[in-house]
Amino acid sequence: MTRATKDKIIEWGITLIALTSVISFLGIAVVLFAQGLPAFNFVGLWDFLTGRGWHPTHVYEPEFGILPLIMGTLWVAAGALIITVPFGVGAAIYISEVARPAVKDVIKPIIELLNSVPSVVMGFIGLLILAPAVMNLFNLPVGLTIFTASVMLALLYMPYVVSIAEDALNAIPMSLREASYAVGANKMETITKVVLPAAFPGVSTAVILGGGQMIGETMIVLMVAGGAAMVPTSFFEPARPMTATIAAEMGETVVGGDHYHALFAIGIVLFVITLILFILVNLIEKKFRREKLW
Amino acid sequence: MVKARAIKEILLLNILRLSAIAIMLSFFIILYFLAVEGLKVLSISFLIERPRAGMTEGGIMPALLGTFYLTLGAIIVAFPLAVFTAIYMTEYAYTQSKTMQAVRIAVNTLAGVPSVVYGLFGFAVFVKVFGFGVSILAGSLTIAILLLPILIRATQEALFAVPNSFREASFAVGATKWQTIRMVVLPASAPGILTGVILSISRAAGETAPIMFTAVTFFTIALPDSIFSEVMALPYHIYGLMTEGAVPEKQVPIAYGTALVLVLLVLSLSLTAIIIRIRLRKQKKW
Repeated sequence: MTRATKDKIIEWGITLIALTSVISFLGIAVVLFAQGLPAFNFVGLWDFLTGRGWHPTHVYEPEFGILPLIMGTLWVAAGALIITVPFGVGAAIYISEVARPAVKDVIKPIIELLNSVPSVVMGFIGLLILAPAVMNLFNLPVGLTIFTASVMLALLYMPYVVSIAEDALNAIPMSLREASYAVGANKMETITKVVLPAAFPGVSTAVILGGGQMIGETMIVLMVAGGAAMVPTSFFEPARPMTATIAAEMGETVVGGDHYHALFAIGIVLFVITLILFILVNLIEKKFRREKLW
Repeated sequence: MVKARAIKEILLLNILRLSAIAIMLSFFIILYFLAVEGLKVLSISFLIERPRAGMTEGGIMPALLGTFYLTLGAIIVAFPLAVFTAIYMTEYAYTQSKTMQAVRIAVNTLAGVPSVVYGLFGFAVFVKVFGFGVSILAGSLTIAILLLPILIRATQEALFAVPNSFREASFAVGATKWQTIRMVVLPASAPGILTGVILSISRAAGETAPIMFTAVTFFTIALPDSIFSEVMALPYHIYGLMTEGAVPEKQVPIAYGTALVLVLLVLSLSLTAIIIRIRLRKQKKW
């Protein structure tokens, strides 16, 4: 065997292995649809998405409306983003624009360590420390609310948003900042009028990706969101997000039953949301690349 | 006028500084609570004993062992797949080729798929279709798929960091592409890849949702004796102690201890990775 043929065979082998990811991705899609689509034999797609009653195990009249679950997911993620965006982007600006290198070398590893705290531990802390505090502070009957879940989610994904936003800020060339200083702007004006607008696409990507992670997070919402399958009307009510519903109910459902298929159908909804966010991020990136000024 | 501008600037810079401080502070507050409550139960016997009296006494050894097996299995499966995929993406593929596009899209999308969806997939495929049952094998495979995108990206970054002049020098002395990758690119990027592996281990050890229906049980007397055994695991143990059982006042301290052990485990792994990366940056020869 010549060296060239041997090299060619290795290249094929490596290409084949690279296809594992494609197979996994397609496999997840196929399995979700194969197990989830049967749900639409007993509940219409529209009723599934907009129904307000989620009583999948009711003996006589089971209901499979996931609007409360979708809204639960959106409320929790929105609450978490409201907290994460100002703090996360603020910290990213501080690290990339303000902090001295020595300070940066301390802050960055600490924030990165926060990132490695497992979500179940965050849920645990939320359950034992934050929930009682929320209950007393806001005078609520129980502390397990959307607000509680949002705070813990925000903490968990803060490092994620900080690091992507910081990358976006670092990608802005020095010359832009220097030009701003040259015409007499101070640091604040340079940050708010030059750096942030230029980094806007990258920072919004960070926010979207962070939001996507929050929508998919399971353990925190399972443990501290309260679990009530109702359409929420305020941040201080309990909710039952989609991921929590799957995690809580999958264990006790009959394989192949209606409830089982309905849980996979919720999985389809989560999967489709992932795809939509992925496309959104790509569109922003494409537009950004075309309009790049430097 | 000039003064107002200066004051505004100081104000803004301090708000930015405060948000960074707030994030770090919240991290230390979490550690503080875990340490204060967790250290009350943490001891050698807590680590090496089995649970007793219906989870209200004893240690967490089976959960520790279960997490070890699950993580080890996941890394063994994910590591070779991820490294070769990353090699394909950085060293072989043309950016515009159809295969490369498909791989890139798959990796990026997989990174966003919720962990509980991996759990659904693992249950339907590994537990049911392949018939592995709720087992170490099914759980490890599920975590392995979840780790793929993370490990691929980390490896890619390490490969990108190897300057092209290295590859060109190798080609210039007559090496083939594979020889170049094996003897030049991989050794040069090994520490970077190692960092990625350590971070993946830390991630795998803390995941709960993917193993909930594929590998774990809240309570088992038996220690795992094969890859088809169901196991206890640290993250699920914390969840189980908080949601199951009848004696919360005895279970909560054990949960604190378990949480402290898990956090110390993942933090020391992440810290190792961070230190390796910092040293790497300092002593880089190119």
